[in-house]
Amino acid sequence: MFEIRIHSRGGQGGVTAAKLIAQAAFHDGKCATAFPFYGAERRGAPVVSFVRISDEPIKVYSQVRNPDMVVVLDASVMDATDVFAGLKEGGAVVINTTEPPSIKGHPVHAVDLTGIALRVNLVVAGSPILNTPVLGSLARIGLISKDAALKAIAETFADPRNVEAAKTAYEETKQ
Amino acid sequence: MNPLPSEEYVHKCTTACAGCTSSLSLRYVLKAAGPDTVLVVPACCTAVLQGVYPATAMNVTVYNIAFAAAAATAAGMAAAFRRQGRSTNVICYAGDGGTVDIGIQALSGALERSTDFLYICYDNEAYGNTGMQRSGSTPIGAVTTTTPAGKIDQKKDIDRIVAAHNIPYMATASAAYPQDLYAKVKKALSIPGPKFIHLLSPCPPGWRYSAERSVEVGKLAVKTGLWVLYEREHGQLKINPVSKTAMKRPVPIEDYLSVQGRFRGISKEAERALKASMEQQHRRLLAEEAGAC
Amino acid sequence: MLTTATGNKAVAAAAKEARPGVVAAYPITPQTEIVEQLANYVADGSLDADYIPVESEHSAMAACIGASAAGVRTFTATSSHGLLYMHEMLHWAAGARTPVVMANVNRALGPGWNTWAEHTDAFSQRDTGWLQVFVSTVQEAYDATLMAFRIAEDERVILPVMVNLDGFSLSHITQSLETVEVGDFIPQFHLSHAIDTEHPRGYGTMTGPDIYYRFRWDIERSMRASREVIAETEAEFARRFGRVYGPVEEYRSEDADVVIVALGTLGKEAEVAVDSLRDDGVKAGSMRLRWFRPFPRLDLSGREVVVIDRDYSFGFGGVIAQSIRATTRAEPCSVIAGLGGQEVTYDDIARFVREREAGKETWFGVSD
Ligand SMILES: Cc1ncc(C[n+]2csc(CCOP(=O)(O)OP(=O)(O)O)c2C)c(N)n1
Ligand code: SF4
Ligand SMILES: [Mg+2]
Repeated sequence: MFEIRIHSRGGQGGVTAAKLIAQAAFHDGKCATAFPFYGAERRGAPVVSFVRISDEPIKVYSQVRNPDMVVVLDASVMDATDVFAGLKEGGAVVINTTEPPSIKGHPVHAVDLTGIALRVNLVVAGSPILNTPVLGSLARIGLISKDAALKAIAETFADPRNVEAAKTAYEETKQ
Repeated sequence: MNPLPSEEYVHKCTTACAGCTSSLSLRYVLKAAGPDTVLVVPACCTAVLQGVYPATAMNVTVYNIAFAAAAATAAGMAAAFRRQGRSTNVICYAGDGGTVDIGIQALSGALERSTDFLYICYDNEAYGNTGMQRSGSTPIGAVTTTTPAGKIDQKKDIDRIVAAHNIPYMATASAAYPQDLYAKVKKALSIPGPKFIHLLSPCPPGWRYSAERSVEVGKLAVKTGLWVLYEREHGQLKINPVSKTAMKRPVPIEDYLSVQGRFRGISKEAERALKASMEQQHRRLLAEEAGAC
Repeated sequence: MLTTATGNKAVAAAAKEARPGVVAAYPITPQTEIVEQLANYVADGSLDADYIPVESEHSAMAACIGASAAGVRTFTATSSHGLLYMHEMLHWAAGARTPVVMANVNRALGPGWNTWAEHTDAFSQRDTGWLQVFVSTVQEAYDATLMAFRIAEDERVILPVMVNLDGFSLSHITQSLETVEVGDFIPQFHLSHAIDTEHPRGYGTMTGPDIYYRFRWDIERSMRASREVIAETEAEFARRFGRVYGPVEEYRSEDADVVIVALGTLGKEAEVAVDSLRDDGVKAGSMRLRWFRPFPRLDLSGREVVVIDRDYSFGFGGVIAQSIRATTRAEPCSVIAGLGGQEVTYDDIARFVREREAGKETWFGVSD
């Protein structure tokens, strides 16, 4: 079982990102569950969501404590939250940033998702959308297939800029 | 204009959304009420924005209670305080759902029984806490998550229902007019018996406009005449001058509707109905003020 | 069709497939998504129903009773305080023999406000005459909702059915879902005592001490008969759609020395604990109770039992532990865990088993 923890802020779509990853994994023929952890907080507060992917049906409902991968949609949450807490040895980190940090013992995949969203004009109510481009990055590093990622996005969002942003992120993410 | 007292009873660490006018209004309400106050809060956004135990963003006593029960709880509390010789203010701060829908029975009972309390309904015209479903107070034409094609039914006129209880003081107010709100709360609390204030509370995520426009939206509601500011003291109605002006020279209601995403795509009939009920309300209020009814 | 959905969306999809004529519902976290989804179905025309956006849960249940009595299939959904606010009408729905189907998203009760999973809301309605089933996956939420209509409306039952799913940990989780075309699996709605003004009758008329108890007995008789109807319905469901359900889901329990009993998502997580205990040489198994009313007949003879209650009856004990004490010879070790969404992992569950003591009650996280 492969476990992923996603860090974002309320309103940035981390919960939807988790759902989309699960949906893509499902298209790849895997079993997957996605779930948010809701606090009582509203817009702007740090939130986490989880994804589990496995070849077998998943029976675990408790939170992910030792993720195999951490995805950070908003690098500013790193000031308030230890996003690497419990991360498994050698576990990968995907960060939306222009200044990739180096983290000892962990491969870091940095990608400017915000920049990509702005470039393809994927902006809703003043905020760039990050949850669809991040699927491109995750496809690039092999978590899900590219076809499955694009399919999950296309069946969820009518606006073609989502798929476009994911494709761009796929190209711009380093393996 | 008199400056409002500088004491703060609602700290900045609430978990309210940016631009929330119901929490802004609460600041003014508590400045007027002062520290010897119990705020009775049913399930609503205000129950959530206090924060999570053991923290609280509130610097007065807050008694949280079940959704339907605010006014009845306040009735018990007021009776207990008065028999102990305490003049503690008992103020319900309830949403429109907790007032015009599930809480209306308890409210009506408490008003009828001459309960010594102030009931404030902050009206964001939907169930904010659960993510903006329609309420009886949602205006016709507005999109909510349970009226995806726009609400078909008219907004319930809770003020006329409350007025039918013949209480000593009732008023409407808005956070966009803080001095007026402050003065009305002060006056209400100086009068024994049941008091009611209806606060229009623009809500950025629910009404779908950007957070910095809250005061502008609140003012537009008044200047279009859709929200009339007035008070009714011992049966005497007094309409605020801004609302008098709005009745004479209204800003077109399109200006109010068009800044809010929830009215995007509103049908012509719904808009007409909105306007017609507004005009009817104006005629009714003007006639009452002139002593014609 | 194979797709993905949350627990809430799965319930709404199943309710839609059952074609209720009236949906009367009221929002409450974490159930609201069901209500919103049904409102969308009605608005976009995919469900031809009257959607009554009532002003409270008491009215939601009352409206369902009225519609059902008038001969139309009804559905509603609620949670926690909403369920409690319905309490009077829950008794009424069962007593009036209106086969309403309702989803209840299990959530803790205030004060203080807490929107996370707990089963006390449903268990506190246990004497209302409703059948109650608890589910543990998105698929099961869908399947159980479909079956609920057929069971409730069976003429041997004619009692309301509550489908329970854990707040957030199932209602908001995304998993794969296979939807079905229900066809005649759910027959046309027919209620033999539906209102017919050509044959006027008094419903719920004053009933004296000489006869009232007969009506109560009728409810119990139907409750007893429902065991058979449930079994038939689940068998027919398996035949048509291939997924098998029963009153209890057993896991590696045949040769187990110790059995974990739990409901909902904790009951599934317990299976993971069983695997890890077995790896360590502990012969463990699990039984996930699906039906709570009627309460399943369990065979626990010769085995130790660890019961996890995500609920509590103050002054008495964990509701499931006490129910097992009352219906079997077991002397369970009772663990109160998961209240108000308290995190309980499979490691925790495995520890409950390792540290078990027959007849003892412990509250997870409480040391004194
Ligand atoms: C009996 C009961 N039903 C439903 C709920 C869920 N609930 C909590 S707050 C709320 C809506 C409140 O709306 P409103 O009174 O308008 O206040 P707002 O959230 O808009 O501030 C609902 C439906 C509840 N807590 N209790
Ligand atoms: S939803 Fe509206 S009323 Fe509720 S806290 Fe946010 S802005 Fe305020
Ligand atoms: Mg409201």
